[in-house]
Amino acid sequence: MIDHIQALHLAAGVFLLTAVGALWRRQLPAKVRLLVVQGVALAAMIGIIGAQRADLELLAVALGLGVLRAGVMPALIRRALVPLPQEQRETRPVVDVATSLLAAALLTLLAYAVTRPLVALDPTPITAVLPVAVAVVLIGFFTLTTRRRALSQMVGFLLLDNGITATAFLAAGGIPLVVEVGVSFDVLLIVLVLQMLTRRLRATVGTTDLNELRELRD
Amino acid sequence: MTAVIASFAQVTMVVLGAPLLVGVMRQVRARMEGRVGAGVWQPWRDLRKLFRRQPITPVGTTWAFRTAPLVLVGTTLVVAATIPLLTTTTALDRAADLFAVVGLLSVGTVVLALAALDTGTAFGGMGASREMTVLALVEPTILVAVFALSARVGSTNLGQLVDATLHNPLQVMSPASLLAAAALLVVTIAETGRLPVDNPSTHLELTMLHEAMVLEYSGADLGLIELAASMRLTLLLGLVASLFTPWGIATSLAGLPLALLAFAAKVTVLAMVLAAAEVLLAKLRLFRVPELLAGSLVLALLAATTSFFLA
Repeated sequence: MIDHIQALHLAAGVFLLTAVGALWRRQLPAKVRLLVVQGVALAAMIGIIGAQRADLELLAVALGLGVLRAGVMPALIRRALVPLPQEQRETRPVVDVATSLLAAALLTLLAYAVTRPLVALDPTPITAVLPVAVAVVLIGFFTLTTRRRALSQMVGFLLLDNGITATAFLAAGGIPLVVEVGVSFDVLLIVLVLQMLTRRLRATVGTTDLNELRELRD
Repeated sequence: MTAVIASFAQVTMVVLGAPLLVGVMRQVRARMEGRVGAGVWQPWRDLRKLFRRQPITPVGTTWAFRTAPLVLVGTTLVVAATIPLLTTTTALDRAADLFAVVGLLSVGTVVLALAALDTGTAFGGMGASREMTVLALVEPTILVAVFALSARVGSTNLGQLVDATLHNPLQVMSPASLLAAAALLVVTIAETGRLPVDNPSTHLELTMLHEAMVLEYSGADLGLIELAASMRLTLLLGLVASLFTPWGIATSLAGLPLALLAFAAKVTVLAMVLAAAEVLLAKLRLFRVPELLAGSLVLALLAATTSFFLA
């Protein structure tokens, strides 16, 4: 049988791989699929920590997060994607894909470098995964800043948020349920607002390429 | 003695089985595309036909052109005898070092590129330059990916790597080894010139990589190159299978027949999955190929970092 630690490390590997994959792929539907897998991996990581501590609250949080991150939010992005058949691809990112992949490698190394003192405070197999979570935060931020389509930026935002959630659970060993629920609803609201904004943007400007927005109108 | 027999069995198996493997892949593709297909023995029939024909060397070519097929087949045979496919202790186990194996495979590619340049045709030069671009990205990826695996074992010897996985099978499920597996699969596809990097079944001049280099070869020489190409595919798939699913690999002489069956099953399944995926893929634009390979390099790098930090 796979023990807890190996399962946790495996989920962390999938978590990181999907973040790199979302940066790699140009097709928006493929990015959304990767986001679903990442949501499942995040829920699995928290669920494994919960199962190891036999902590029912943590298991409930894992379940809720799984539904939200792997079900609701990707579905929302997908719904925003349907009316935009000609905008399914990230055609010209600000930084091209090969360079952004190399940047992702550097960001991962950076994440390992900056979390070393944190891991050294309490070197357990759970905190050893912390660099992965920080790497996903950095990669998510990178995606957010270097992609042009509004929906790719939303994917980047969700990557960033998945990374932050994972960091919180791995570093602090869980946060109070109330805080987690509050943060999750916040993120849900942000995604809803962004989805609405994307639609408005498309209706008024005719594209979701944010670089086309050069001047203010009234 | 056991090691010598095992190595001999490996070489025989790879030589005889490699064209069959290509036949299986073509057959899977044909069936999925709704064609009857030529049957799994067709590559062997092609080879028999080619070996009976007289090779023709173009005017003005030198020894580089004539010796290239022999060097290519020779290096591939040495790799077949060296890497752990059926057993973890091959006769050349001391040389089954990762660097040596990657070096041997690269020697074959470089020799073929030199031969393509030697013909002096536009296609040959184009194919050679493209192949070198791919090689420059493939080689570091293989090295870094296997580094990720060897960091844990503390050795770059392939036999010891496989042995370690055999004694601790759960290591396969670690993130480092999954990332390394993904990276190695991508470079296997690139190195053997299959979709989406290269299309092995066309001679469409603008998109060719491997086929552009061997355009001037004919007869027995072409047969040798085709055989070597299929052997390299088998070897790389076999290496992936041995590193990540080493079950059934023999540790003694008695286990050899079982290892043979297990190996054939593993490689055939891998090849069939690859062939099925190829039906669904279109060839990448040539300028997008470095993007794909940079991706696999990053996967390998991530594998190496995670194996170091999550150890």
